[in-house]
Amino acid sequence: MTGFAGTGQLTKLAFRRDAGILPVCTVGIVVVVAVVARDLKVLYPTEARRLALVQTAGGNAALRFLYGRLEGTSTGALTTWRFGVWAACMVAVLAIFVVVRHTRADEEAGRLELVGSAAVGRQAPLTAALLTAATANVVIVLLACLWLVALKLPAAGSAALALAIGACGLVFIGVAAVAAQLAATARGARGLAIAVLGAAFVLRGVGDTGPAGLSWLSGASPLGWVELVRAFGSAGEYWWALAFPLAAGAALVVAAFTLAAWRDHSAGLLPDRPGRPAASGFLRGPFSLAWRLQAWLLAGWLAGYVAIFASLGAATKGVGEIFSTSAVLKRYFLRIGYQHTLIDAYLSAVMLLAGLGAAAFATSAVLRLRTDETGNLAEPVLATATGRIRWALSHMSVAVGGAGLLLAAAGLSAGLGYGILTGSVSTQVPQLLGAALARWPAALVLAALAAALFGLLPWEATAIAWGAVALVAFIALLGPSLQAPAALMDLSPFTQTPKLPGGPVAAVPLVWLCGVAVALAVAGLLGLRRRDLGDLGPSYRSYRGRIHDYLVDYLQLDQDASRH
Amino acid sequence: MANAIEIRALRKSFGRTVALDGLDLEVRAGEVHAFLGPNGAGKTTTIRILLGLLKADGGQAVLLGGDPWRDAVRLHRRLAYVPGDVTLWPGLSGGEIIDLLGRLRGGLDPQRRQALTERFALDPAKKARAYSKGNRQKVALIAALASDAELLLLDEPTAGLDPLMEATFRDCVTEERRDGRSILLSSHILAEAEALSDRVTIIRDGKAVETGTLAEMRHLTRDFVDAEVARPADLGGLPGVHELTVTGTVVRCQVDQAALDAVLGRLHQAGVRSLTCRPPTLEELFLRHYSSERTTAGVPQ
Repeated sequence: MTGFAGTGQLTKLAFRRDAGILPVCTVGIVVVVAVVARDLKVLYPTEARRLALVQTAGGNAALRFLYGRLEGTSTGALTTWRFGVWAACMVAVLAIFVVVRHTRADEEAGRLELVGSAAVGRQAPLTAALLTAATANVVIVLLACLWLVALKLPAAGSAALALAIGACGLVFIGVAAVAAQLAATARGARGLAIAVLGAAFVLRGVGDTGPAGLSWLSGASPLGWVELVRAFGSAGEYWWALAFPLAAGAALVVAAFTLAAWRDHSAGLLPDRPGRPAASGFLRGPFSLAWRLQAWLLAGWLAGYVAIFASLGAATKGVGEIFSTSAVLKRYFLRIGYQHTLIDAYLSAVMLLAGLGAAAFATSAVLRLRTDETGNLAEPVLATATGRIRWALSHMSVAVGGAGLLLAAAGLSAGLGYGILTGSVSTQVPQLLGAALARWPAALVLAALAAALFGLLPWEATAIAWGAVALVAFIALLGPSLQAPAALMDLSPFTQTPKLPGGPVAAVPLVWLCGVAVALAVAGLLGLRRRDLGDLGPSYRSYRGRIHDYLVDYLQLDQDASRH
Repeated sequence: MANAIEIRALRKSFGRTVALDGLDLEVRAGEVHAFLGPNGAGKTTTIRILLGLLKADGGQAVLLGGDPWRDAVRLHRRLAYVPGDVTLWPGLSGGEIIDLLGRLRGGLDPQRRQALTERFALDPAKKARAYSKGNRQKVALIAALASDAELLLLDEPTAGLDPLMEATFRDCVTEERRDGRSILLSSHILAEAEALSDRVTIIRDGKAVETGTLAEMRHLTRDFVDAEVARPADLGGLPGVHELTVTGTVVRCQVDQAALDAVLGRLHQAGVRSLTCRPPTLEELFLRHYSSERTTAGVPQ
């Protein structure tokens, strides 16, 4: 069929472009599932322990909202409960990013126009994107299934859980493909698909927690279909339930192909609203520009934070009961939260999660500097009476303020979620607000590292900064479980923050974390003041040449010292 | 009056690629100076050094009497810049971007903004992502022209404009010049430079190969002589005659200005029936500078 000519070439191109990120994400998702499954096996070795957990967790509405219904008392059933829905969410997010990246994002950037002028069929780019995402999906299914079997879980249940997660990924491949046809921008397409995922999560949550009359809601959600398969269920797997996601995914893909054949190149099907003919009084300088550019992103993060941390806060009430079901789990949480009472340990771990998210947002806000620099968006601002330092500070202010807003939202909503259920709003809100904000300096250290890299080592800034965020998240979340050495734990700034709530309040570590952040930021700004700006990437210089230039530039090895 | 831009022996390398190799450039106050060269000759690198985005490796650049690297912010209040490849924030409208750039620069004249928006027929309510290349170019041009900057740095400003808008742009530049603004117009569109500029600098491989008014440059170069004569004319031995072709009684050649008198004398002796003698167009000046040594251009050493 001529509509698909060139699909093979484009798929190869997509795999080449994603050669770094796709394997990392794929393996990352499998590792998360693997660690959770292994932990549950260790934490609940006996049937009696598991039964106790099922009885308490099954009765807790907030936990059912977060994780879904618990069907059965086997280790496999616990794994399905604890990570079936969440792994499906991660697979869905990966699918959305891969599909949109190779369809609407390329189209918006004009790359598909060039590709389309070659002997390439109209449907080839979409097909290539779908094949790329589907391949990642299949790899996740296979690896997850192998790991579960390797943990000596029943083969049928392992296959059912892996397939249920993969089938959900397939649905969201379809959702993303349709969203990429509807929205005219990559950001819009991603937002639309993520909104569908959020709605699916809420539908399933309400269906799982609400009165029996509403339980059909969960059956209307792609995430509810993951539960419907009943992997490792005591009554056997419901294999037929896999038909729902497979049929929905296929229907969505067909719809996407139909829309793609019908619409014009680069046009979306949703209307693009016109903007204002003149700027409002707000848009006056680099700071208001930076906040304006990141406003929607920050709003999305805030909405997500309020929803997640209100649920996690509301779940606190049942936590004590669950902990009492496993001595090992108790130890684990006490270690991650460094606490004496379980509730405080749990809340401290929740606030650590909020801190990690805030660090990720702040890092992305700082790295926006680099994106703008290479994307020629820094140039028009810097050609005006805006100095480099002010321009850099404008985006760094979004990082600092945004991280603070996110942590405040996390503290407030967790405090309200927990406080309303226990009638202790007036004590929980200030306590959790303080606990959340205690993670602010640690989050800023990571953002400041990104700023230092941007000023001193711009070509590698994005990779190293995100690598640092990933390392810190790994240390903070999995370090205690894997009993990582103290030297490794100390690398994370979050290890240094006071363990609030419950732990001793100490201002000293906060002050010196702030000091480290300021020092890193200043180093970055000093580097920025000295270096060339613009898209001067690896394209024009060899790696060795760049290291040489770096040494010459920063270690003052140049012969002509008097040039400025 | 001081020069708006004064560049002496400017050098800049990116790794092993030499972008500027001892460039000289002088833009006098109040003049339109065309900065011509093929892609990769170093035009944009020069402008980025003038904007303080890049740091020169050697030589000297003086912009409006200041150091473009050290005094960037102070100097940028007095200049406006139109990049060659205009990238805009996709979520902001054209009108918002014009206002924003104006405010960042320290103010813009709302009446001029209004008038220019109408002249360039720009819809300011559209989001930048919906603009074509030409419309993005217009946004940057309006923002620059509506400012009261004394120096305009225009990097291939008409690249995406249609002929009608290009004419509007030329009118605007002529008006700006009358108002006493200095303009550096980087371009590879020769007709544009020929129509607008007072003086021209041609750059190749990071060096200025020719600079001056068009009249001065023509003085340095050859006129094109095209004649029909009654009897075969003998021009072969004359110094300063190039690329001579004689087809029967039709004589074509290029003549150095110094040799023109002698050539006309010989033609006169042969009995002139028709004669055209014209200065080279900028196009021809350009070709002469680039076609001969093309092979060495733009290759990193």
